[in-house]
Amino acid sequence: MTNVSVAKEDVATSDELVVLRSVNKHFGALHVLQDIDLTIARGEVVVVIGPSGSGKSTLCRTINRLETIDSGTITIDGKPLPHEGRELARLRADVGMVFQSFNLFAHKTVLENVMLGQVKVRKADKKQAEEKARALLDRVGVGTQADKYPAQLSGGQQQRVAIARALAMDPKVMLFDEPTSALDPEMINEVLEVMQQLAREGMTMIVVTHEMGFARSAANRVVFMADGRIVEQAAPDQFFSNPRSDRAKDFLSKILHH
Amino acid sequence: MNVLLDHLADFREGFVGTVLLTLASGLLAMVLGVIIAGFRVSPVPPLRMFGTAWVTLFRNTPLTLLFLVAWFVVPVVFAPGLSPWMKALLALSFYTSAFVCEAVRSGINTVPMGQAEAARSLGMTFVQTLRLIVLPQATRTVVAPLSSIFIALTKNSAIAGAFSVTELFGWQKTMSDQGYAIAWIFLWVALGYLVITFSISGLFRLLERRLGVAR
Ligand SMILES: Nc1ncnc2c1ncn2[C@@H]1O[C@H](COP(=O)(O)OP(=O)(O)O)[C@@H](O)[C@H]1O
Ligand SMILES: [Mg+2]
Repeated sequence: MTNVSVAKEDVATSDELVVLRSVNKHFGALHVLQDIDLTIARGEVVVVIGPSGSGKSTLCRTINRLETIDSGTITIDGKPLPHEGRELARLRADVGMVFQSFNLFAHKTVLENVMLGQVKVRKADKKQAEEKARALLDRVGVGTQADKYPAQLSGGQQQRVAIARALAMDPKVMLFDEPTSALDPEMINEVLEVMQQLAREGMTMIVVTHEMGFARSAANRVVFMADGRIVEQAAPDQFFSNPRSDRAKDFLSKILHH
Repeated sequence: MNVLLDHLADFREGFVGTVLLTLASGLLAMVLGVIIAGFRVSPVPPLRMFGTAWVTLFRNTPLTLLFLVAWFVVPVVFAPGLSPWMKALLALSFYTSAFVCEAVRSGINTVPMGQAEAARSLGMTFVQTLRLIVLPQATRTVVAPLSSIFIALTKNSAIAGAFSVTELFGWQKTMSDQGYAIAWIFLWVALGYLVITFSISGLFRLLERRLGVAR
């Protein structure tokens, strides 16, 4: 594993969009991220999978510094994550994040949700921002809901709005933390389809999910985490049909039986 | 009865004094309270420490002591030549700002964490996140406690009368010095305060209803 990643570094430095090196993080005594090394290439779709509590969400959140790290480095497009402040804000604008619980701004309409970042962060013209917001909402299939408030939408619709909101910033990379886990089964596919479309269009994506259909059809790579470590990474087909580690075998047997 | 008719101009002056003092210190307390609440939830440790110190100091000091400090310490150490009215304004608004801060902070805590996280993920700064996302959603829960805080402020402004600032309660002293029946004086003074406090709670009830309808 180590040899492979070192070799890769030498060839394609400019193609590395997100690079984590020896990242460690503790929550008190709990060592949630242990020596994480992970490189994500431009245009790559990586699915992160693993048992609950293994640190997948924390990993996602460190990449846009919603969580700070104790040691190691994280760089995005060659720039190390800055400390809290304007610079960090600017960098976060380039990293889209989609949460399990949608987190749409409850006091703003759907349209305002998608416009706000453009206007306040990118300083875009209001009219252009609205045009872009409407186009994005159409693209994720909720164009007719633009003037409603988030609470009036179904979970699947809310999550698609959340994706549109992140896309409105023209992010370099999108992070998805279990985007379908809070959804009723019949709504999962409408969200996955939007994500699949994004993947086809070449968006760089890091997706925490247990949706194996999505992993197989859209991911370039599956990263398996357990107890704060990356235990195994492989191409989806290889990982699901022939996992190498016992932890992965054990985990897969459990989720496959559900 | 006579006391009011005989000294209506003075009474009105006192009443207006109380209203103005309450309004001005209420406004200043609001501004300070919201800023200090921002400090208390900020990611910058020195600001958080400053906020905590501010609240601890002004919430736990008797208001009369703050008035004494404003009268006898502030002019010597910080700003000589402040008018009594300005000194009363400082004492009242600093004191009240600590309570406003805590009300706002508890309002901020009712807004789900995910709202601020989503805002920060979009690249909003801390101040933008607070101003555009968190505070607007905190408003509804803050309105009710704010109403009590401003009523308390109205009554607290009476202390300024004892420090010879023209306001409603001070009128009482002048009148009883002139030998008018104390019961009547107190009745009129109490009514004056009631008018102000009722207006405040009415105003805030209206505000609450408006915010309850809008989402
Ligand atoms: N803010 C926090 N404070 C303390 N412990 C936390 C916090 N967030 C997560 N944890 C703990 O860290 C571990 C990893 O959490 P998480 O990254 O959410 O795992 P996953 O997303 O894989 O389920 C869990 O044991 C969780 O309880
Ligand atoms: Mg998680």
